[in-house]
Order: sequence, then C-alpha cells, then structure tokens
Amino acid sequence: MKPALVVFVKECVESLRDRRVLLNALVLGPLLTPLLFLVLMHLIVGRELEKAEKPLPVVVVGAKTAPNFIEALKQQGMEPRPEVADPEAAVREQRLDLVLRIAPKFADDWRAGRPAQVELIYDSSRQDVRSEVERLESMIQAFSTRSGSLRLLARGIAPSVAAPIVIASRDQATPQARGALLLGMLPYFLILTALIGGMWLAIDSTAGERERQSLEPLLVNPVGRGQVLLGKMLATAVFSMASLLLGLLAFFAVGHLLPSDEPGLGLIIGPRFVLIVLPVMVPLVLLIAIAQIWVASFAKSFREAQTYLGLAQLVPLIPSVLMMAVPMRPQLWMSAVPLFGQQITILRLLRGEAISALAIGIGVSVTLAAAAAMFWVTLRLYRSERVAISA
Amino acid sequence: MIEVRDLWKAFGVTQAVAGVSFAAQDGQITGLLGPNGAGKTTTLRMLYTLMRPDRGRIRVDGIDAASAPMEVRRRLGVLPDARGLYKRLSARENIEYFARLQGMNKEQAAARCTALLRTLQMEALAERRTEGFSQGERVKTAIARALVHDPRNVVLDEPANGLDVMANRGLREVLRSLRAEGRCVLISTHIMQEVVALCDHIVIIAFGRVVADGTPEALREQSQQHNLEDAFMKIIGAAALDGAP
Repeated sequence: MKPALVVFVKECVESLRDRRVLLNALVLGPLLTPLLFLVLMHLIVGRELEKAEKPLPVVVVGAKTAPNFIEALKQQGMEPRPEVADPEAAVREQRLDLVLRIAPKFADDWRAGRPAQVELIYDSSRQDVRSEVERLESMIQAFSTRSGSLRLLARGIAPSVAAPIVIASRDQATPQARGALLLGMLPYFLILTALIGGMWLAIDSTAGERERQSLEPLLVNPVGRGQVLLGKMLATAVFSMASLLLGLLAFFAVGHLLPSDEPGLGLIIGPRFVLIVLPVMVPLVLLIAIAQIWVASFAKSFREAQTYLGLAQLVPLIPSVLMMAVPMRPQLWMSAVPLFGQQITILRLLRGEAISALAIGIGVSVTLAAAAAMFWVTLRLYRSERVAISA
Repeated sequence: MIEVRDLWKAFGVTQAVAGVSFAAQDGQITGLLGPNGAGKTTTLRMLYTLMRPDRGRIRVDGIDAASAPMEVRRRLGVLPDARGLYKRLSARENIEYFARLQGMNKEQAAARCTALLRTLQMEALAERRTEGFSQGERVKTAIARALVHDPRNVVLDEPANGLDVMANRGLREVLRSLRAEGRCVLISTHIMQEVVALCDHIVIIAFGRVVADGTPEALREQSQQHNLEDAFMKIIGAAALDGAP
C-alpha cells in the first residue's frame, strides 16, 4: 500500500473516533445550513403570503363624506378604522403606518364630476409600510378606473377611448427562475457545507498533530512529505464530500417542507441535480481541502487554526454577494474562476437553465490546476524545517 | 554506526551547534551529555534528517544523510524530543501505523508489533487507546514505535524525561538489550546518573561544541576528578571560561 493511503486510512479512522469531528462534519455541517435556509424561506415567503391575503386596516379620516368609496375599498379588503385627531403627527411618531384622508369637499367634487382628492399619509422611509401603501393605492386606482369607465358609458362613450394603450406583461422567467431569486444563497450554503465538513480534519491533522507533538515522529519515517500531505488532503476531501452529500440530502428533504407557493425545491434538488453537482464540486472540494491544510499549517495550535479557518469561511461568500449585488450575465471566464464557476453552475441548475459542458469543463480543469498549484505551495511549506518542529 | 563530522547550525543570530564531531559505535551505548540548551536536540534533529545542517557531514552505516536521507531514516530508530501519540488510536494501532509507513504489509506489521509488545512487556496495554496512558506507558509505546522496523541504529532524545524510578529501570533494561543485540545506541541526556548507569562512551556538549569525548574512565582522568559528576561540572566550567559565545 502506498504511504499516502496508509496516512489516509489512519486519518479517517482517527477522525471517525472523534466526536467533535463527527458532530461538525456529519451532523452540524450538513444540517445547519439547510435548516437555516428553511427558516429564512419560511420567513420571507410566509410574510409575503400573509400580507397579500390579510385585510388591510387603515385609519380613515372623513369616511362619512364618501360612504360609497369606502364601501368599494372594503370589498377589496380594506378595513376602515376610526379617525384620529392629528394623523400627520401619529404617522411621524410611528403610532400609525398609514392614514387615508378624504377631503371635506370630496362629495361636492364627485357630484360635479371634478377630480376628487384623497390623501395618503405615510412615512416612505419605513420599509415595512411600503407594501401596505402600494396595496391601498392599487385599490383606489381600481375604484377610480371603474368609476371613470361608468361615467364615460353614461355619456355614450366607449371606455376604451380613454385607454389608448394597454400593457400586457409576458414574464419570461420560468417558475424555477422566479424561485431562484430566493435561492441565490444556496450555492454558498453548499460550498459552506463542504468547508465545514473538512475543516476539523484539516486542523486536527496539521496544527493539531503539531500541537500534540506527533508530527516530528511521523516525519522521521522514510516517507516523502508529499505522500504524507496527499494522505491528509484526501482524508479531508472525503469528509468534506461526505458532508456535502449529506447536505444535499438535507436540502432535498427541506425542499418538501417549504411553503407551498414556492416551486418545490425538492423537485429541483433531484437525482439529476446531485449527479451534476457532485462531479462539479469534486475539484473544488480538493482545492478547499488543500487550502485549509495550507492555512492550518501556519498555526501553532488547534485554536489558532480554528480562528484562521473561521475567517476563511467567508471567502466563498464573495462570488455569491457579487452576483446578487451586481447582477451580470454569466460570462465564460467566470466559469473558469474557482468558486465562481461552481456557483454559476449550481445557480443555473436551480434556475432550470441549460448548462454548458464547455463551461463546466473549463471550470473543472482550472480548479484542478489550482488545487495542484496549492498542493505544490503547501508541499514547499511542509519541506521547510519550520513546520516539522513542534516546539 | 553513526558518524558526525563538524556539524554547524544557526537559527538567526543564535549559533545552536558550532562544529560538533563524534562517532557512536555498534554494540555500544553512546551518551550525548550536556546542560539544557547545549545543542543536543538540534544535533540529533540534523542526525535524523529533520533539519539540514549549515555545514558538516553525517553518516549512518557509512551512508551520507544529505544525499540519501530516506536510506538513513530506514536505518535509524528515533525517539524524538516530541513523542506525541495518537490518543484516539490504541497502542497497537499507533505502532502498526509506523510499521506500515516503514513499508511493511499488514501481516508483517501485526507480527512485528506483537513481538515488540511482548519484548517491552506491554501486552496488557496493547488494545487500550493511548489517551490516559501514564508517562511511562507513553514512552514505552513511543520506543516500540521507534523500533518497529528493527533498526541497526537507535537514537533517543532524553528518553528518561518524566519517567518514574520503575519506568526508568525498565527503559535501561531495554537499552542494554539493544546494545547486547549489537546495535548502535545513541542517547542524549542532561542527567548524570543516566550516563553513569548506561553509557560506554560519553560525548559532552556545551555551547554547541564538543568539550569532551571518551569513556567514563577517560573523562574522570582527564578532569582529575573521581566522581563523574564533578568531572562533568569541571569540564563544562572550563568550557565556559574558554570563551563561550
């Protein structure tokens, strides 16, 4: 058996006996992010649904002036509330979200056929009020349009005269793509799962081994440092991959628990998704494993390495945030950038878009090359005297 | 047989080893004696090829350590200064891991491990995880690990560190039997009794240099002291006066 394989087997056996590693790699890592995701989706989707269906309570000032108008709004879901003395002050002090004020001469204007005025009093700097304002506006608009049409009809004019142009929206987004707006974080969560899965083993087999003073005896054996490093990297990658696989299963399960309105995440994360994502992720997992070992090898102790790698978890967030903050068309070169490429592929799968074999091929080869380069860099570090000496 | 010629090593401005030369013969226990910080551990680390000397040559059984480090490592059994075990592995697994890394197959490793456990009288410990081992049990396991490939030369850095009287007595027996088998045994220590009880040949190191080299009797004569401890103190003291760095 090759020495690398001996090292690999020993690292795996030792880690499987470590409750800390097991908990992190095989329980927390794979479950934490899907659960987080589930809670987030429930919050976001649940709130939208709730708002659309719930009656809209609005304080109305001067309701008696326009009983028909109020009746029409009530039918659309508005719930008039008794008026208050100083609505402007109430809104400013955030005691009220939204006030509808009907001008005293509303009835006169209405009867005379002049534009009758209503006022919406709200604070536009408050994010959470915006959707209520929009709902009320569209209710008023609907009533206004309907009344206008009736007036035209009464004068013998077809209402279509007053509507020279009609907009018909034809949204080309697939149902999956609409859901994917919310799924933008999923690629990061998957990569994070892989990161957490390998992290403990990467630390334990480098900084941990040094701290426990077992690295020096190990390196005195007639085995090349490359073989030792390869074994440790493979063990890290296997745990990382196992974590990722469990994470995908968890997302699959979570998909069936999402609010009904969403396109089923469980349908998207099916066998096809897994079959494409796994091979796309293997080179990245190798790169992550060797990068984690490299970082951890600089640390003198387990805790120090933990600090470094904790910060490193934020690195894969960069492409996710970039893509959400600056939406751009995925270019071919992006697929070549490790982390970026994999996230694009996963996003495209989630959106139900076509994936290009060329882009995946480029991504896989560049990431593999990056892993090899990283391995070389780490090997140089391992050949230095600094790493071998414990004290 | 271990030969060291004019070894130099500096860390930054600190000259840790400055021209150390000695030879350790087969069938003898050679003691590298010196106060803490004298350069013993650094010398040994260069010897087992963990560090590269700035200058000088090392030969093990006539093989040059700089040009054939792997071959030298195969011929050396090493108990380094750092002797950590894998605490989630049993004593047997710890020893067998190193056997496999020395190139043995599974059966060879198991057989050799069983034999060693019997020789070192630690069969009762074999299947226990090393977490919770006493200091003596840990050193024993580390020595078994160092001897697993039946090396002709055995290098032990401060083997008696932290051992109680019983464990130390056991260790001496092991070292004497290695000598009886005709191996070259090299130990480093700062404890005089250790040397008196064991060594056929003593190399005293201070300030990175060899200040005395010979049999215990020769050293006593050289310093004109009856007691070896007094001899040691005198020699070290003379070295300090000689213009230590």
